[in-house]
Amino acid sequence: MTQFLSLRAAIEQHVPDGACVALEGFTHLIPFAAGHEIIRQARRALHLVRMTPDLVYDQMIGMGCATRLTFSWGGNPGVGSLHRLRDAVENGWPLPLELDEHTHAGMAAAYCAGAARLPFGTLRGYIGTDLVAANPRIRSVDCPFTGERLAAVPAINPDVTILHAQRADREGNVALHGIVGAQREAALAARVLVVTVEEVVESLPPAMNSIVLPHWVVSAVSHCPGGAYPAYAQGYYGRDNAFYQRWDSIARERDGFREWMRRHVLESRDHGGFLASLRGAA
Amino acid sequence: MSGYSRDEMMTVAASRLLWDRCVCFVGIGLPSAACNLARLTHAPGIVLIYESGTIGTRPDVLPLSIGDGELAETASCVVPLPEIFSYYLQAGRVDVGFLGAAQIDRHGNLNSTVIGSYGSPATRLPGAGGATEIAAHARSTFVMLKATRRSFVERLDFRTSAGFLEGGDSRELSGATGAGPVSVITDFGVLAPDPESRELQLSALFPDATVEEARAAVGWPLGVAAEVSRIEAPSAAELATLRELHARTREAHARPVHLPA
Repeated sequence: MTQFLSLRAAIEQHVPDGACVALEGFTHLIPFAAGHEIIRQARRALHLVRMTPDLVYDQMIGMGCATRLTFSWGGNPGVGSLHRLRDAVENGWPLPLELDEHTHAGMAAAYCAGAARLPFGTLRGYIGTDLVAANPRIRSVDCPFTGERLAAVPAINPDVTILHAQRADREGNVALHGIVGAQREAALAARVLVVTVEEVVESLPPAMNSIVLPHWVVSAVSHCPGGAYPAYAQGYYGRDNAFYQRWDSIARERDGFREWMRRHVLESRDHGGFLASLRGAA
Repeated sequence: MSGYSRDEMMTVAASRLLWDRCVCFVGIGLPSAACNLARLTHAPGIVLIYESGTIGTRPDVLPLSIGDGELAETASCVVPLPEIFSYYLQAGRVDVGFLGAAQIDRHGNLNSTVIGSYGSPATRLPGAGGATEIAAHARSTFVMLKATRRSFVERLDFRTSAGFLEGGDSRELSGATGAGPVSVITDFGVLAPDPESRELQLSALFPDATVEEARAAVGWPLGVAAEVSRIEAPSAAELATLRELHARTREAHARPVHLPA
Protein backbone atom coordinates (compact mmCIF):
# COMPACT_ATOMS: atom_id res chain seq x y z
CA MET A 1 0.00 0.00 0.00
CA THR A 2 1.53 3.28 -1.13
CA GLN A 3 1.71 5.85 1.65
CA PHE A 4 0.84 9.47 0.88
CA LEU A 5 3.15 11.47 3.10
CA SER A 6 4.50 14.96 3.47
CA LEU A 7 8.04 15.08 2.11
CA ARG A 8 9.29 15.70 5.63
CA ALA A 9 7.61 12.54 6.91
CA ALA A 10 8.75 10.52 3.90
CA ILE A 11 12.41 11.42 4.51
CA GLU A 12 12.08 10.89 8.28
CA GLN A 13 10.65 7.42 7.75
CA HIS A 14 12.67 6.18 4.82
CA VAL A 15 16.12 7.80 4.80
CA PRO A 16 18.15 6.87 7.89
CA ASP A 17 21.77 7.90 8.51
CA GLY A 18 24.17 5.59 6.69
CA ALA A 19 21.67 4.55 4.01
CA CYS A 20 22.53 3.93 0.39
CA VAL A 21 20.35 6.47 -1.42
CA ALA A 22 19.85 7.10 -5.14
CA LEU A 23 18.18 10.35 -6.17
CA GLU A 24 17.88 9.67 -9.90
CA GLY A 25 16.75 11.79 -12.83
CA PHE A 26 19.01 12.42 -15.81
CA THR A 27 19.05 16.25 -16.04
CA HIS A 28 15.23 16.11 -16.14
CA LEU A 29 13.04 15.39 -13.07
CA ILE A 30 15.88 15.67 -10.54
CA PRO A 31 14.41 15.36 -7.03
CA PHE A 32 15.82 18.62 -5.64
CA ALA A 33 13.08 19.06 -3.03
CA ALA A 34 13.92 15.66 -1.54
CA GLY A 35 17.65 16.46 -1.54
CA HIS A 36 16.96 19.70 0.31
CA GLU A 37 14.77 17.94 2.88
CA ILE A 38 17.59 15.42 3.52
CA ILE A 39 19.92 18.39 4.10
CA ARG A 40 17.38 20.03 6.47
CA GLN A 41 17.11 16.82 8.44
CA ALA A 42 20.94 16.67 8.63
CA ARG A 43 21.33 13.08 7.46
CA ARG A 44 24.90 11.85 7.73
CA ALA A 45 27.17 9.14 6.29
CA LEU A 46 24.97 8.51 3.28
CA HIS A 47 26.21 6.49 0.34
CA LEU A 48 24.89 8.57 -2.54
CA VAL A 49 24.28 6.98 -5.92
CA ARG A 50 23.53 8.96 -9.08
CA MET A 51 24.85 8.82 -12.64
CA THR A 52 25.29 12.60 -12.76
CA PRO A 53 25.66 14.08 -9.25
CA ASP A 54 24.51 17.48 -10.57
CA LEU A 55 23.81 20.42 -8.27
CA VAL A 56 21.67 18.32 -5.95
CA TYR A 57 24.62 16.17 -4.81
CA ASP A 58 26.98 19.14 -4.89
CA GLN A 59 24.67 20.61 -2.24
CA MET A 60 24.33 17.41 -0.21
CA ILE A 61 28.07 16.70 -0.30
CA GLY A 62 28.92 20.30 0.59
CA MET A 63 26.53 20.14 3.55
CA GLY A 64 28.21 17.02 4.90
CA CYS A 65 25.51 14.42 4.20
CA ALA A 66 27.67 11.94 2.29
CA THR A 67 30.77 9.82 2.79
CA ARG A 68 30.57 7.73 -0.36
CA LEU A 69 29.55 8.43 -3.96
CA THR A 70 28.76 6.06 -6.82
CA PHE A 71 28.62 8.06 -10.05
CA SER A 72 29.64 8.25 -13.69
CA TRP A 73 29.87 11.97 -14.58
CA GLY A 74 30.35 14.68 -11.97
CA GLY A 75 30.15 18.10 -13.59
CA ASN A 76 27.77 21.05 -13.89
CA PRO A 77 26.44 20.27 -17.39
CA GLY A 78 27.56 22.81 -19.97
CA VAL A 79 29.02 25.05 -17.23
CA GLY A 80 32.02 23.31 -15.64
CA SER A 81 32.91 21.92 -12.24
CA LEU A 82 30.83 20.93 -9.26
CA HIS A 83 32.96 22.89 -6.80
CA ARG A 84 31.66 21.22 -3.64
CA LEU A 85 32.22 17.74 -5.09
CA ARG A 86 35.71 18.80 -6.13
CA ASP A 87 36.48 20.27 -2.71
CA ALA A 88 35.45 16.99 -1.07
CA VAL A 89 37.60 14.90 -3.43
CA GLU A 90 40.59 17.22 -3.63
CA ASN A 91 40.66 18.52 -0.03
CA GLY A 92 38.37 16.30 2.04
CA TRP A 93 36.04 19.24 2.84
CA PRO A 94 33.74 19.05 4.67
CA LEU A 95 34.42 15.30 4.73
CA PRO A 96 36.50 12.89 2.70
CA LEU A 97 34.39 11.26 -0.01
CA GLU A 98 35.04 7.72 -1.13
CA LEU A 99 34.46 7.35 -4.88
CA ASP A 100 32.98 4.37 -6.71
CA GLU A 101 33.39 5.68 -10.23
CA HIS A 102 31.92 4.22 -13.41
CA THR A 103 30.97 5.10 -16.96
CA HIS A 104 27.36 5.84 -17.92
CA ALA A 105 27.07 2.54 -19.77
CA GLY A 106 28.49 0.65 -16.80
CA MET A 107 26.20 2.32 -14.31
CA ALA A 108 23.19 1.74 -16.54
CA ALA A 109 24.09 -1.96 -16.67
CA ALA A 110 24.46 -2.02 -12.87
CA TYR A 111 21.00 -0.48 -12.39
CA CYS A 112 19.45 -2.94 -14.89
CA ALA A 113 21.01 -5.84 -12.98
CA GLY A 114 19.78 -4.38 -9.70
CA ALA A 115 16.24 -4.04 -11.02
CA ALA A 116 16.32 -7.68 -12.16
CA ARG A 117 17.90 -8.80 -8.86
CA LEU A 118 20.85 -10.25 -10.71
CA PRO A 119 24.24 -10.07 -8.97
CA PHE A 120 26.04 -8.14 -11.68
CA GLY A 121 25.62 -6.32 -14.93
CA THR A 122 27.68 -7.04 -17.99
CA LEU A 123 28.64 -4.98 -21.00
CA ARG A 124 31.24 -4.61 -23.70
CA GLY A 125 32.67 -1.68 -21.81
CA TYR A 126 35.50 -0.05 -19.87
CA ILE A 127 37.80 -0.88 -22.79
CA GLY A 128 41.24 0.67 -22.50
CA THR A 129 40.34 2.86 -19.53
CA ASP A 130 42.33 3.39 -16.33
CA LEU A 131 39.02 3.26 -14.43
CA VAL A 132 39.47 -0.51 -14.27
CA ALA A 133 42.67 -0.07 -12.26
CA ALA A 134 41.18 2.77 -10.18
CA ASN A 135 38.01 0.93 -9.16
CA PRO A 136 38.31 -2.70 -7.96
CA ARG A 137 34.53 -3.09 -8.39
CA ILE A 138 34.94 -3.04 -12.17
CA ARG A 139 35.85 -6.60 -13.14
CA SER A 140 35.42 -8.97 -16.05
CA VAL A 141 33.65 -12.20 -16.84
CA ASP A 142 34.15 -14.73 -19.65
CA CYS A 143 31.08 -15.49 -21.72
CA PRO A 144 30.27 -19.18 -21.15
CA PHE A 145 29.17 -19.55 -24.77
CA THR A 146 31.76 -17.67 -26.81
CA GLY A 147 34.60 -17.15 -24.35
CA GLU A 148 34.52 -13.41 -24.99
CA ARG A 149 35.76 -11.37 -22.07
CA LEU A 150 33.15 -8.82 -20.96
CA ALA A 151 33.17 -6.14 -18.31
CA ALA A 152 31.20 -6.84 -15.12
CA VAL A 153 29.90 -4.41 -12.54
CA PRO A 154 28.10 -5.27 -9.30
CA ALA A 155 24.36 -4.66 -9.29
CA ILE A 156 23.21 -1.43 -7.69
CA ASN A 157 20.46 -2.01 -5.13
CA PRO A 158 19.93 1.21 -3.17
CA ASP A 159 18.23 1.07 0.23
CA VAL A 160 16.10 3.93 -1.06
CA THR A 161 15.59 5.40 -4.50
CA ILE A 162 13.95 8.82 -4.68
CA LEU A 163 12.45 10.12 -7.92
CA HIS A 164 10.49 13.15 -9.00
CA ALA A 165 7.67 12.47 -11.48
CA GLN A 166 4.93 14.40 -13.18
CA ARG A 167 1.93 12.58 -11.74
CA ALA A 168 0.61 9.97 -9.38
CA ASP A 169 -2.94 8.73 -9.00
CA ARG A 170 -4.80 8.07 -5.73
CA GLU A 171 -3.69 4.44 -5.80
CA GLY A 172 -0.04 5.46 -5.87
CA ASN A 173 0.68 4.60 -9.51
CA VAL A 174 3.35 6.98 -10.78
CA ALA A 175 3.72 8.22 -14.37
CA LEU A 176 6.68 10.02 -15.86
CA HIS A 177 7.53 11.08 -19.37
CA GLY A 178 10.13 13.05 -21.32
CA ILE A 179 13.79 12.25 -20.76
CA VAL A 180 13.56 9.30 -18.37
CA GLY A 181 17.25 8.41 -17.92
CA ALA A 182 17.67 5.31 -15.79
CA GLN A 183 14.85 6.17 -13.40
CA ARG A 184 12.76 3.07 -14.02
CA GLU A 185 15.78 0.83 -13.39
CA ALA A 186 16.86 2.79 -10.29
CA ALA A 187 13.29 2.61 -8.95
CA LEU A 188 12.94 -1.12 -9.42
CA ALA A 189 16.45 -1.79 -8.08
CA ALA A 190 15.65 -0.18 -4.72
CA ARG A 191 14.27 -1.73 -1.56
CA VAL A 192 12.18 1.38 -0.91
CA LEU A 193 10.92 3.84 -3.52
CA VAL A 194 9.87 7.37 -2.60
CA VAL A 195 8.45 9.62 -5.32
CA THR A 196 7.68 13.33 -5.24
CA VAL A 197 5.17 14.45 -7.86
CA GLU A 198 3.95 17.62 -9.47
CA GLU A 199 0.31 16.52 -9.28
CA VAL A 200 -1.86 13.89 -7.70
CA VAL A 201 -4.78 12.99 -9.97
CA GLU A 202 -7.85 10.77 -9.55
CA SER A 203 -6.71 8.34 -12.20
CA LEU A 204 -4.00 8.20 -14.83
CA PRO A 205 -5.07 7.75 -18.45
CA PRO A 206 -4.07 4.45 -20.06
CA ALA A 207 -0.46 4.92 -21.12
CA MET A 208 0.81 1.98 -23.10
CA ASN A 209 4.61 2.05 -23.41
CA SER A 210 5.08 5.16 -21.31
CA ILE A 211 6.76 4.72 -17.98
CA VAL A 212 4.45 3.86 -15.14
CA LEU A 213 5.70 2.62 -11.81
CA PRO A 214 2.83 0.55 -10.43
CA HIS A 215 1.57 1.28 -6.93
CA TRP A 216 2.90 -1.87 -5.28
CA VAL A 217 6.51 -0.88 -6.05
CA VAL A 218 5.98 2.68 -4.78
CA SER A 219 6.51 2.97 -1.02
CA ALA A 220 5.57 6.62 -0.61
CA VAL A 221 4.31 9.53 -2.68
CA SER A 222 4.70 13.16 -1.69
CA HIS A 223 2.87 15.91 -3.49
CA CYS A 224 5.59 18.46 -4.16
CA PRO A 225 4.93 20.97 -6.95
CA GLY A 226 8.13 22.44 -8.36
CA GLY A 227 10.06 19.60 -6.72
CA ALA A 228 12.57 19.33 -9.57
CA TYR A 229 13.47 23.02 -9.69
CA PRO A 230 16.10 24.24 -10.80
CA ALA A 231 16.00 21.14 -13.01
CA TYR A 232 12.74 20.75 -14.85
CA ALA A 233 9.52 18.80 -15.25
CA GLN A 234 8.47 18.41 -18.87
CA GLY A 235 5.02 19.91 -19.33
CA TYR A 236 5.23 21.90 -16.07
CA TYR A 237 8.28 24.18 -16.08
CA GLY A 238 11.60 24.49 -17.90
CA ARG A 239 15.16 23.95 -16.74
CA ASP A 240 16.57 27.12 -15.19
CA ASN A 241 19.77 27.21 -17.21
CA ALA A 242 20.60 30.69 -15.87
CA PHE A 243 20.51 29.26 -12.33
CA TYR A 244 22.83 26.41 -13.32
CA GLN A 245 25.23 29.05 -14.62
CA ARG A 246 24.90 31.12 -11.43
CA TRP A 247 25.59 28.05 -9.28
CA ASP A 248 29.20 28.15 -10.48
CA SER A 249 29.86 31.32 -8.48
CA ILE A 250 27.48 30.47 -5.59
CA ALA A 251 29.30 27.20 -4.88
CA ARG A 252 32.86 28.25 -5.71
CA GLU A 253 33.80 29.33 -2.16
CA ARG A 254 32.90 27.48 1.03
CA ASP A 255 31.51 30.49 2.89
CA GLY A 256 29.37 31.74 0.04
CA PHE A 257 28.00 28.26 -0.49
CA ARG A 258 27.11 27.79 3.18
CA GLU A 259 25.50 31.19 3.37
CA TRP A 260 23.35 30.45 0.31
CA MET A 261 22.33 27.07 1.71
CA ARG A 262 21.47 28.60 5.09
CA ARG A 263 19.39 31.34 3.57
CA HIS A 264 17.51 29.33 0.96
CA VAL A 265 17.42 25.74 2.21
CA LEU A 266 18.02 25.50 5.97
CA GLU A 267 15.88 28.52 6.83
CA SER A 268 13.01 27.57 4.55
CA ARG A 269 10.42 25.26 6.02
CA ASP A 270 9.83 23.21 2.92
CA HIS A 271 10.16 23.35 -0.87
CA GLY A 272 7.45 25.98 -1.15
CA GLY A 273 9.49 28.11 1.22
CA PHE A 274 12.64 27.47 -0.82
CA LEU A 275 10.95 28.64 -4.02
CA ALA A 276 9.50 31.68 -2.23
CA SER A 277 12.96 32.61 -0.92
CA LEU A 278 14.30 32.59 -4.49
CA ARG A 279 11.44 34.75 -5.71
CA GLY A 280 12.34 37.22 -2.98
CA ALA A 281 15.99 37.16 -4.04
CA ALA A 282 15.22 37.68 -7.74
CA MET B 1 35.72 35.84 -45.97
CA SER B 2 37.65 37.40 -43.13
CA GLY B 3 36.79 38.29 -39.57
CA TYR B 4 36.09 35.00 -37.88
CA SER B 5 37.48 33.50 -34.69
CA ARG B 6 39.47 30.28 -34.34
CA ASP B 7 36.57 28.85 -32.33
CA GLU B 8 34.30 29.50 -35.28
CA MET B 9 36.79 27.99 -37.72
CA MET B 10 37.05 24.90 -35.52
CA THR B 11 33.29 24.50 -35.36
CA VAL B 12 32.90 24.97 -39.12
CA ALA B 13 35.78 22.57 -39.92
CA ALA B 14 34.24 19.93 -37.65
CA SER B 15 30.77 20.37 -39.10
CA ARG B 16 32.11 19.77 -42.62
CA LEU B 17 33.36 16.33 -41.58
CA LEU B 18 29.77 15.19 -40.96
CA TRP B 19 27.62 13.94 -43.79
CA ASP B 20 23.90 13.95 -44.48
CA ARG B 21 22.00 11.09 -42.79
CA CYS B 22 24.94 10.10 -40.62
CA VAL B 23 24.04 8.94 -37.12
CA CYS B 24 26.00 11.03 -34.66
CA PHE B 25 26.36 10.68 -30.88
CA VAL B 26 26.93 14.23 -29.66
CA GLY B 27 28.89 15.54 -26.69
CA ILE B 28 28.08 18.92 -25.16
CA GLY B 29 30.00 22.15 -25.95
CA LEU B 30 31.94 22.57 -29.21
CA PRO B 31 30.78 19.17 -30.60
CA SER B 32 27.14 20.12 -30.07
CA ALA B 33 27.62 23.39 -31.96
CA ALA B 34 29.42 21.62 -34.84
CA CYS B 35 26.77 18.91 -35.18
CA ASN B 36 23.90 21.38 -35.19
CA LEU B 37 25.72 23.63 -37.66
CA ALA B 38 26.04 20.62 -39.99
CA ARG B 39 22.31 19.94 -39.57
CA LEU B 40 21.45 23.56 -40.40
CA THR B 41 23.74 23.69 -43.45
CA HIS B 42 24.83 20.70 -45.57
CA ALA B 43 23.47 17.75 -43.56
CA PRO B 44 19.75 18.33 -42.91
CA GLY B 45 19.11 14.59 -42.53
CA ILE B 46 21.77 14.02 -39.87
CA VAL B 47 20.48 11.99 -36.91
CA LEU B 48 21.71 13.55 -33.68
CA ILE B 49 21.69 11.42 -30.55
CA TYR B 50 22.37 12.84 -27.09
CA GLU B 51 23.13 10.43 -24.28
CA SER B 52 20.00 11.48 -22.41
CA GLY B 53 18.12 9.22 -24.82
CA THR B 54 16.97 11.77 -27.40
CA ILE B 55 17.21 10.40 -30.96
CA GLY B 56 16.94 12.51 -34.11
CA THR B 57 16.71 15.74 -32.15
CA ARG B 58 16.51 19.10 -33.98
CA PRO B 59 16.97 21.78 -31.32
CA ASP B 60 16.35 25.40 -32.30
CA VAL B 61 18.92 26.52 -29.72
CA LEU B 62 21.98 24.70 -28.39
CA PRO B 63 21.23 22.86 -25.17
CA LEU B 64 23.21 23.84 -22.06
CA SER B 65 23.01 20.27 -20.75
CA ILE B 66 22.67 16.98 -22.63
CA GLY B 67 19.16 16.69 -21.22
CA ASP B 68 17.49 20.06 -21.87
CA GLY B 69 13.75 19.90 -22.58
CA GLU B 70 14.43 21.36 -26.03
CA LEU B 71 16.16 18.11 -27.01
CA ALA B 72 13.21 15.94 -25.99
CA GLU B 73 10.59 18.22 -27.55
CA THR B 74 12.32 18.23 -30.96
CA ALA B 75 13.36 14.55 -31.03
CA SER B 76 11.97 11.78 -33.24
CA CYS B 77 11.86 9.64 -30.12
CA VAL B 78 13.14 9.57 -26.57
CA VAL B 79 14.30 6.25 -25.12
CA PRO B 80 15.51 5.24 -21.67
CA LEU B 81 19.22 5.78 -21.11
CA PRO B 82 20.20 2.09 -20.80
CA GLU B 83 18.78 1.57 -24.31
CA ILE B 84 20.90 4.30 -25.86
CA PHE B 85 24.07 2.71 -24.57
CA SER B 86 23.20 -0.94 -25.12
CA TYR B 87 20.80 -1.18 -28.08
CA TYR B 88 22.23 1.71 -30.11
CA LEU B 89 25.84 2.45 -29.19
CA GLN B 90 27.10 -0.99 -28.13
CA ALA B 91 25.11 -2.63 -30.93
CA GLY B 92 27.07 -0.63 -33.52
CA ARG B 93 24.26 1.68 -34.64
CA VAL B 94 26.22 4.92 -34.28
CA ASP B 95 28.37 6.20 -37.17
CA VAL B 96 30.21 9.03 -35.43
CA GLY B 97 30.94 9.74 -31.79
CA PHE B 98 31.89 13.35 -31.17
CA LEU B 99 33.98 13.92 -28.04
CA GLY B 100 35.85 16.58 -26.15
CA ALA B 101 38.36 16.01 -23.32
CA ALA B 102 40.87 17.79 -21.08
CA GLN B 103 43.91 15.94 -22.43
CA ILE B 104 44.80 13.93 -25.53
CA ASP B 105 47.99 12.01 -26.31
CA ARG B 106 49.71 11.15 -29.59
CA HIS B 107 47.55 8.05 -30.07
CA GLY B 108 44.29 9.91 -29.53
CA ASN B 109 43.67 8.51 -26.04
CA LEU B 110 41.61 10.93 -23.92
CA ASN B 111 41.56 12.08 -20.30
CA SER B 112 38.48 13.66 -18.76
CA THR B 113 38.92 12.27 -15.23
CA VAL B 114 41.75 13.89 -13.23
CA ILE B 115 44.83 16.08 -13.48
CA GLY B 116 47.40 14.62 -11.11
CA SER B 117 46.98 11.21 -9.51
CA TYR B 118 43.60 9.53 -9.21
CA GLY B 119 43.92 9.03 -5.45
CA SER B 120 44.83 12.64 -4.71
CA PRO B 121 44.12 14.75 -7.77
CA ALA B 122 45.30 18.31 -8.30
CA THR B 123 42.12 18.86 -10.34
CA ARG B 124 39.16 16.58 -10.25
CA LEU B 125 37.45 16.65 -13.69
CA PRO B 126 33.88 15.42 -14.32
CA GLY B 127 34.86 11.91 -15.42
CA ALA B 128 33.88 9.50 -18.16
CA GLY B 129 30.14 9.88 -18.61
CA GLY B 130 29.37 8.31 -21.96
CA ALA B 131 32.83 8.90 -23.43
CA THR B 132 34.56 5.59 -22.71
CA GLU B 133 31.97 3.50 -24.55
CA ILE B 134 31.42 6.10 -27.29
CA ALA B 135 35.18 6.01 -27.96
CA ALA B 136 35.06 2.20 -28.08
CA HIS B 137 31.92 1.57 -30.12
CA ALA B 138 31.07 4.47 -32.41
CA ARG B 139 32.15 3.41 -35.90
CA SER B 140 34.51 6.35 -35.86
CA THR B 141 35.29 9.11 -33.39
CA PHE B 142 35.92 12.81 -33.92
CA VAL B 143 37.61 14.73 -31.12
CA MET B 144 37.42 18.51 -30.63
CA LEU B 145 39.94 20.10 -28.32
CA LYS B 146 41.92 23.34 -28.27
CA ALA B 147 45.66 22.77 -28.37
CA THR B 148 48.07 23.79 -25.64
CA ARG B 149 50.98 21.93 -24.14
CA ARG B 150 48.73 21.19 -21.17
CA SER B 151 46.03 19.57 -23.31
CA PHE B 152 48.07 17.87 -26.07
CA VAL B 153 50.43 15.96 -23.83
CA GLU B 154 53.26 13.45 -24.03
CA ARG B 155 51.63 11.43 -21.26
CA LEU B 156 48.03 11.50 -20.00
CA ASP B 157 47.48 11.84 -16.27
CA PHE B 158 44.64 9.30 -16.63
CA ARG B 159 43.31 7.42 -19.63
CA THR B 160 39.53 7.76 -19.55
CA SER B 161 38.77 6.73 -23.13
CA ALA B 162 40.67 4.67 -25.65
CA GLY B 163 42.06 6.09 -28.86
CA PHE B 164 44.65 3.88 -30.50
CA LEU B 165 46.01 2.87 -27.07
CA GLU B 166 49.75 2.17 -27.55
CA GLY B 167 49.48 2.53 -31.35
CA GLY B 168 49.90 -0.06 -34.10
CA ASP B 169 47.22 -2.75 -33.79
CA SER B 170 46.75 -2.41 -30.01
CA ARG B 171 43.26 -0.94 -30.45
CA GLU B 172 42.09 -3.84 -32.62
CA LEU B 173 43.31 -6.29 -29.98
CA SER B 174 41.47 -4.47 -27.17
CA GLY B 175 37.93 -5.42 -28.12
CA ALA B 176 36.95 -1.90 -29.16
CA THR B 177 34.62 -2.31 -32.13
CA GLY B 178 34.87 1.17 -33.72
CA ALA B 179 37.70 2.58 -35.83
CA GLY B 180 38.83 5.08 -33.19
CA PRO B 181 39.71 8.79 -33.47
CA VAL B 182 39.94 9.38 -37.22
CA SER B 183 39.97 13.20 -36.89
CA VAL B 184 41.09 15.53 -34.13
CA ILE B 185 39.86 19.04 -34.79
CA THR B 186 41.84 21.66 -32.93
CA ASP B 187 42.39 25.39 -33.17
CA PHE B 188 45.08 25.33 -35.84
CA GLY B 189 43.71 22.53 -38.01
CA VAL B 190 43.11 18.79 -38.04
CA LEU B 191 45.22 15.84 -36.92
CA ALA B 192 44.66 12.34 -38.29
CA PRO B 193 46.30 9.00 -37.43
CA ASP B 194 49.12 7.60 -39.50
CA PRO B 195 47.74 4.37 -41.04
CA GLU B 196 50.54 2.19 -39.62
CA SER B 197 51.75 3.66 -36.35
CA ARG B 198 48.36 5.23 -35.56
CA GLU B 199 50.17 8.27 -34.22
CA LEU B 200 48.29 11.53 -34.76
CA GLN B 201 49.92 13.79 -37.27
CA LEU B 202 49.11 17.10 -38.87
CA SER B 203 46.84 16.56 -41.86
CA ALA B 204 45.18 19.93 -42.50
CA LEU B 205 45.72 23.54 -41.51
CA PHE B 206 43.34 26.48 -41.12
CA PRO B 207 43.88 29.31 -43.67
CA ASP B 208 46.02 31.43 -41.36
CA ALA B 209 47.81 28.69 -39.39
CA THR B 210 51.33 27.34 -39.86
CA VAL B 211 53.17 24.07 -39.26
CA GLU B 212 55.40 25.89 -36.76
CA GLU B 213 52.38 27.07 -34.79
CA ALA B 214 51.00 23.54 -34.74
CA ARG B 215 54.31 22.08 -33.52
CA ALA B 216 54.58 24.71 -30.81
CA ALA B 217 51.10 23.94 -29.51
CA VAL B 218 51.55 20.17 -29.20
CA GLY B 219 53.36 18.52 -26.33
CA TRP B 220 54.90 15.68 -28.34
CA PRO B 221 57.13 15.95 -31.45
CA LEU B 222 54.32 16.38 -33.98
CA GLY B 223 54.66 14.46 -37.23
CA VAL B 224 53.40 16.03 -40.44
CA ALA B 225 51.56 14.07 -43.14
CA ALA B 226 53.13 13.86 -46.61
CA GLU B 227 50.44 16.22 -47.83
CA VAL B 228 48.93 18.84 -45.57
CA SER B 229 45.73 20.25 -46.97
CA ARG B 230 44.49 23.79 -46.44
CA ILE B 231 41.03 24.13 -44.91
CA GLU B 232 38.83 26.72 -46.56
CA ALA B 233 37.73 29.67 -44.47
CA PRO B 234 34.12 29.63 -43.27
CA SER B 235 31.67 30.70 -45.94
CA ALA B 236 29.39 33.65 -45.30
CA ALA B 237 26.47 31.24 -44.98
CA GLU B 238 28.26 28.99 -42.47
CA LEU B 239 29.28 31.95 -40.33
CA ALA B 240 25.87 33.54 -40.40
CA THR B 241 24.16 30.26 -39.49
CA LEU B 242 26.56 29.61 -36.63
CA ARG B 243 26.30 33.14 -35.24
CA GLU B 244 22.52 33.09 -35.40
CA LEU B 245 22.52 29.76 -33.58
CA HIS B 246 24.73 31.17 -30.82
CA ALA B 247 22.66 34.35 -30.57
CA ARG B 248 19.41 32.36 -30.25
CA THR B 249 21.10 30.17 -27.64
CA ARG B 250 22.34 33.08 -25.53
CA GLU B 251 18.94 34.67 -25.60
CA ALA B 252 17.15 31.44 -24.66
CA HIS B 253 19.50 30.59 -21.77
CA ALA B 254 19.17 34.07 -20.27
CA ARG B 255 15.37 34.00 -20.43
CA PRO B 256 13.99 33.91 -16.89
CA VAL B 257 12.23 30.69 -15.94
CA HIS B 258 8.89 31.10 -14.33
CA LEU B 259 9.33 29.55 -10.89
CA PRO B 260 6.75 26.87 -10.22
CA ALA B 261 3.97 28.10 -7.92
